[in-house]
Amino acid sequence: MEVRKALPEIFEEFSEARRNGFIAAKNFKETNRPMIGTFCTFMPQELPLAMGAATVSLCATSDETIGEAEKDLPRNLCPLIKSSYGFGKTDKCPYFYFSDLVVGETTCDGKRKMFELMSDYKPVHVMRLPNDPTTQASFDLWKGEIIKYKEVLEKQFDTEISNEAIKEAIQLKNKERKALKDFYALGQLKPSAIEGLDILKVLYGSTFKFDREQNVYDINDLTEKVQAEYDSGKTLEDKPRILITGCPIGGVTEKVVKAIEDNGGRVVFFENCMGAKAVEDMVDENNEDVFEALTEKYLKIGCSCMSPNPNRFKLLDEAIDAYKVDAVVDVVLQACHTYAIETMTVKRFVNEKKEKPYISVETDYSTSDVGQLNTRMAAFIEML
Amino acid sequence: MKYAIGIDSGSATTKGVLFDGREILKKIIVPTGPNPRRTMEEIYIQLKEDKEAFCVTTGYGRDLLEQSDKSVTEITCHGIGAAFLCPGTRGVIDIGGQDSKVILLDQNAFIKDFLMNDKCAAGTGRFVEMISRILHQDLADLDAYVKDAHPIKISSMCTVFAESEVIGLLAQNTPGPDIGLGVIHSICKRTAMFAGKLPLEGKVFFSGGLSNFKTIQHQLQEELKREVITHELAQFAGAIGAAKIGYDKHKSI
Repeated sequence: MEVRKALPEIFEEFSEARRNGFIAAKNFKETNRPMIGTFCTFMPQELPLAMGAATVSLCATSDETIGEAEKDLPRNLCPLIKSSYGFGKTDKCPYFYFSDLVVGETTCDGKRKMFELMSDYKPVHVMRLPNDPTTQASFDLWKGEIIKYKEVLEKQFDTEISNEAIKEAIQLKNKERKALKDFYALGQLKPSAIEGLDILKVLYGSTFKFDREQNVYDINDLTEKVQAEYDSGKTLEDKPRILITGCPIGGVTEKVVKAIEDNGGRVVFFENCMGAKAVEDMVDENNEDVFEALTEKYLKIGCSCMSPNPNRFKLLDEAIDAYKVDAVVDVVLQACHTYAIETMTVKRFVNEKKEKPYISVETDYSTSDVGQLNTRMAAFIEML
Repeated sequence: MKYAIGIDSGSATTKGVLFDGREILKKIIVPTGPNPRRTMEEIYIQLKEDKEAFCVTTGYGRDLLEQSDKSVTEITCHGIGAAFLCPGTRGVIDIGGQDSKVILLDQNAFIKDFLMNDKCAAGTGRFVEMISRILHQDLADLDAYVKDAHPIKISSMCTVFAESEVIGLLAQNTPGPDIGLGVIHSICKRTAMFAGKLPLEGKVFFSGGLSNFKTIQHQLQEELKREVITHELAQFAGAIGAAKIGYDKHKSI
């Protein structure tokens, strides 16, 4: 069997999408349509899409603006929150600059209070996310918040968002989810067809494409190409198969993926926000009550801010089997209390229920721990 | 006759051993200094002489030595080294110059789980170095120095703050040995708390530079509430593990 060395250039196109995203955003704005800046996968993208707006996830993955953020925020805070705030404050993120409205959610304490400060310099709408996904009261609250959000959009942009338009947006988003899911499901192949870092590049890059139909087309096209190459015998060398879970990664935290793949492992599945967490479940297209359908989907996202958080373990359980995972790496951003505390539950689940090795690593947005990450990941992989 | 060389390039000292599959024939330990690559090279040359030997490197500088045949992390090497020095070991605590680690081994001496603390100097050899500098005491005499002392409680959680605390204690005329023993207690307490995160079983093997000190071994035993054993070569555990890996690899070629 031939072992493939070079990567298809097509992965680079998705990295390009991120680099060229600023121009794409500017071009989009010139068509006189609104842009909604988002921080988190809990934000139902279907609503802005239904009114012809674009959504963009705001920059929060580099330490470039953390210094500026620390003038207002405590130092001992999650780097993602500091980075988001800093990018907003300094206008260094063009997406932030182009966003007509920024939408946040009451996910964790840090974000919730940060949004109060952020609203001083940007219109911010905060959705009140309940933290128990299992009760009817939470369901009702979140449904009310989604309807309220629709009304905020209608008022601010002087438009009306019809149920029909929402239905169409649901179908479009589902199509995109399906495409992404089919793509990352390439990770199930053994021996592998694709490096974990390339999976991440595509997942991350695709969030910066504003033409959704085109995005779906590009992703499907890529999946087919990789599959076709694989079928023709171009496979990668077999290596210990790693599942990454935990805090959002992307940008500078790609260092964790690099540390795994440079030291003899291969990431086959990302359970994080940038990965499967918000993609895996579809919105029910048959439910006539579109708000109920959206509520059901978005309340199911297995974020550690949920308590209890059964959906994270459900996804981990399925993915560890489906992706033939050998070991789990849990990535925790410094001072992210909910993910840090949940490491204990995840470790027990992975070690005892799934009988797989587990390690958690704490990191931040600096590059100062790259050496330590390498040692930890190398030792972990030597152990397998 | 086949030989293997194991070199462990640590933050404070570099250790090297020559191994013939059964015994450690030669061992060298020198300060790592500002040029870890050169230090490793010197050790390599002294150990190798004109023999043919497979060389495995480990520790912070593991990827620096050109002549190295393989590099393996210090976690794996310490685990294997500990199992070689003390067969049947299921738990290892290593306190090094700038980090500490806890390693669990299974019955076949494979690494089962590990933790590494490299974010804080307060539970490492750095802390002892700092205190011996302030007290003007040679590190080698530590056991004798703190004999019969009454430990002072050091409450600072950070080496930098602890340094100020120690200077404050000296200003109050607190005897040096009492402070020294206080620092030892503090390191052992932190290490035991850290090790408590993993389910240790049976005896614990103590390796790294601090394992030479009886006082520390004894205090660690008190804090862990389980037997702590060590070996006169425990400081070489990483290098021995590397050599063992190298020998086994060499044998199979």
